[in-house]
Amino acid sequence: MPARDISQAVGGTPLVGLPSMSPPGYSLYLKLEGHNPTGSVKDRVAAYLIAAAERSGKLHQGSRVLEPTSGNTGIALAAICAPKGYKLTCVLPENTSQERRVLLSLYGVDIVSSPAGEGSNGAVRVAREMAADDPDLYMPFQYGNPANPQAHYETTAPEILRDLPDVGALVAGLGTGGTLTGAGRRFKEHDPQIRIFAAEPEYGDLVYGLRNIDEGFVPPVLDTSVLDGRIKVDSLKALRATRDLATAEGIFAGVSTGAALAVALRVCDPRRLPEGTKIVVVSPDGGFKYLSTGAYAPGDVAGIAEGLSQTLWA
Amino acid sequence: MAIEVRIPTVLRKHTDGEGKVSGEGSTLAELFDDLGGRNQGLHQALVGSDGQLHRFINVYLNDEDVRFLGGIQTPLQDGDTVSILPAVAGG
Repeated sequence: MPARDISQAVGGTPLVGLPSMSPPGYSLYLKLEGHNPTGSVKDRVAAYLIAAAERSGKLHQGSRVLEPTSGNTGIALAAICAPKGYKLTCVLPENTSQERRVLLSLYGVDIVSSPAGEGSNGAVRVAREMAADDPDLYMPFQYGNPANPQAHYETTAPEILRDLPDVGALVAGLGTGGTLTGAGRRFKEHDPQIRIFAAEPEYGDLVYGLRNIDEGFVPPVLDTSVLDGRIKVDSLKALRATRDLATAEGIFAGVSTGAALAVALRVCDPRRLPEGTKIVVVSPDGGFKYLSTGAYAPGDVAGIAEGLSQTLWA
Repeated sequence: MAIEVRIPTVLRKHTDGEGKVSGEGSTLAELFDDLGGRNQGLHQALVGSDGQLHRFINVYLNDEDVRFLGGIQTPLQDGDTVSILPAVAGG
């Protein structure tokens, strides 16, 4: 049956085995969220954010929407907002990939830049200032909106459980905390023994250029009580795993997929997970939006990763 | 027993601009006491008056967030690497 429109084509992404990369005694699976309509897991979140706002009467024809994002959420919101006539503005850190800016422009999104040195925290700060000055702007605010984890509780996790009812562990990247909180909760309800691991991107110094520690930001939607561990992954480890995924399994993914995969490989250890465990890794997006960063170019991987470490790749 | 500690830019005002320092301690709490004695203001930036890690500070022992290990009482071993990062979001 055809989907009525693009918003009805979100989810239902493939879960694929990684037979070549799975360590002996363990089975890794990758949930390919790049197969969503705009190419990332954020299509699920955007659909839930906008539907929740419409239900509560916060959006109507001609509404203006504002969101801080490192890119994928903005692109996903744009694809929903454009056909509905909602005017979208995204606050984007300067150090996001060129492809994201081009795609947002294509959808007619107004882009406001926030300082590279403040990372995503800076985008949140600027968007909050703009919203405070303009009460007619509606900010879905993925970092604090329960519709974000709800999308994963109601769609991502049930899809995985349907395909792999005996899943023993989940690894996903930590950005807003939406995937980990929503899917993690659903998994723990299904079986409290399922382990949930967060892969946290570690960037170069320039991305942590906060002026003081109080400019740090912990997303309100993140519920750390569902997590069993949180492991940081630098650009080199993430990039190596991303490139291995292409050659070993034929899968072309974004760099944060490699970060989650690196964590999955680390926890395949009998001291953490019993042998025989099936581990699902969430791949938030495909690789096309990162081509301009040089992440996939031939050459010295360490040197490429060094350059990449100043770009927000998650 | 030497532990290497990586300091983020935002806290280097307490370490004479150094991005890596070395300290001693059999737990994270002891390590931070040791570092705090030699780096003015560093201890207050890391640990709150309740004795717990500052909310906007994440500390990693060999890449693992110590909040999922033993928190401020996490045991340390010679050769460990401790990294401190400010809490940042993505998305």
